[in-house]
Amino acid sequence: MTPMKLARSIGVPLLAVAVFLAFWEWLVWFNGWPRFKMAAPSDLPPAFERHWSLFLSMGWQTLWRTVVGLILAVIFGTILGMIMGFSRIMRDALYPLLVGFNAIPKATVVPIVALMFVGQHDFNTVLLAFMISFFPIAVSVSIGLSTLEPEYRDILRSLGASQATIFWKIALPKTLPEFFGALKVAVTLAFIGTNLMEIVSPHGRGLGALFDSGRTNSDFPLMFAVLIALAFLGIVLYYIVVALEKIFAGWAERAPG
Amino acid sequence: MTNLIEIKNVRHAYRTDAGPLPVLDGLEISVPEGGFVAVVGPSGCGKSTLTRLIAGLMKPDEGEVWLHGERVKGPRSTVGMAFQNPVLLEWRTILKNVLLPLEIVPTKLTRAQAEERARFLLSLVGLEGFEDKRPSELSGGMRQRASLCRALIHQPDVLILDEPFGALDAFTREDLWQTMHKVKEREPFTGVLITHDLRESIFLADQVVVLSGRPARTQYVLDVPSTGPRTLDDLYTPAAVEQLAILRHQIQIAQGRATPEDSPA
Repeated sequence: MTPMKLARSIGVPLLAVAVFLAFWEWLVWFNGWPRFKMAAPSDLPPAFERHWSLFLSMGWQTLWRTVVGLILAVIFGTILGMIMGFSRIMRDALYPLLVGFNAIPKATVVPIVALMFVGQHDFNTVLLAFMISFFPIAVSVSIGLSTLEPEYRDILRSLGASQATIFWKIALPKTLPEFFGALKVAVTLAFIGTNLMEIVSPHGRGLGALFDSGRTNSDFPLMFAVLIALAFLGIVLYYIVVALEKIFAGWAERAPG
Repeated sequence: MTNLIEIKNVRHAYRTDAGPLPVLDGLEISVPEGGFVAVVGPSGCGKSTLTRLIAGLMKPDEGEVWLHGERVKGPRSTVGMAFQNPVLLEWRTILKNVLLPLEIVPTKLTRAQAEERARFLLSLVGLEGFEDKRPSELSGGMRQRASLCRALIHQPDVLILDEPFGALDAFTREDLWQTMHKVKEREPFTGVLITHDLRESIFLADQVVVLSGRPARTQYVLDVPSTGPRTLDDLYTPAAVEQLAILRHQIQIAQGRATPEDSPA
């Protein structure tokens, strides 16, 4: 990339962000909104500064619970997807259950989980992050496996390969692009799950709880600062998945042209 | 009995919701060691079923399939297969794709020897220099060439080709026909070729079996006498034109559009 192009590829998005922030700042100033009604971008750095240690400790709580929930979703979703991908009967049996479960808005599950496992905050949060994010993974793995062209199996089966060998050598790698596509969706969903639990069932942990304490005090700068922190964590997690995808399924990306 | 492949009175039916659908009925084919048989017939007459039977991927309802004097009961590593779809693994390089069967089949070759053999086969089909490319970087004809190398890497006794050139354009196809002759000279094999292309069948095979419409039985067998190395020009000799006329007539009979009494031409 030439320096000119580089400057443009960085400069244009930066400029867009600056214009957006300026408009936001102007909107608050123009309407004369006080801080208990709306926060301006200039209010955010002081808010971060004031609560910095809280942001660090609660951000970490949100992050690790999301990641653990996501890892569980990957394990469970992959196993479920394999079962549905290999067995027609299991697919017919499990699919309606899965769709029904997925159709329930997870916000309604929060009180149930919170009541069932009262006091076990970490467990509750991880559970909700898991419940909300395993669906796309299970579906993508099952579709990837069940749509494997029969010739791919035949190539190895005609040589006497076992089902396990066919799975490791062909079915699994061939499903990876679909799997990572689903993981990108799941990582965002898991994050939503964690925050739902932290906000709806406040127990003083995680960025969701910090947000909630801002809400009770009408502390708009704090609430917006939490939103920015959440966006930052979400972006970091998303790009970790993108990096993993490049490593393990980079072959699926075709050279342009 | 010196035939390497022996298909004796094979019957097979698929079970469908509307009852059994017979696809093969009294099929007889024998291929001597080193022979190359082409199987032609109307669409949907069960040609692909035949390849799966020889490969041991399926068992016939009735009748027997023998390879090397042994009855086929399941898949065996002495078979190499290539399909119309080259089914290369996108995440492997061409070289690694060709080496795939050796990861399944027990081999005496060391890693280096196996790689050397793969490189030799690739150069034989004209893919020298493409060893480290990914399948997506190759054209359809090149992928089919690589697929052919993969079918041959473990030195199979039997090569089963299920319309391998069907999806290629005419020039590429004729190129690959010539490649096939070159390969067979250096790497002798016993072959069964399923094809829709009558010119392909007489150019490559030394025997052409015409199957009847469904359920398929052996309707006609044409011997293609070999007179040394074949060139594309041989397809335009009077003898070849006559062979093609006979085959075309037989296909029409199989399709029910002609009777054996009609004169071929």
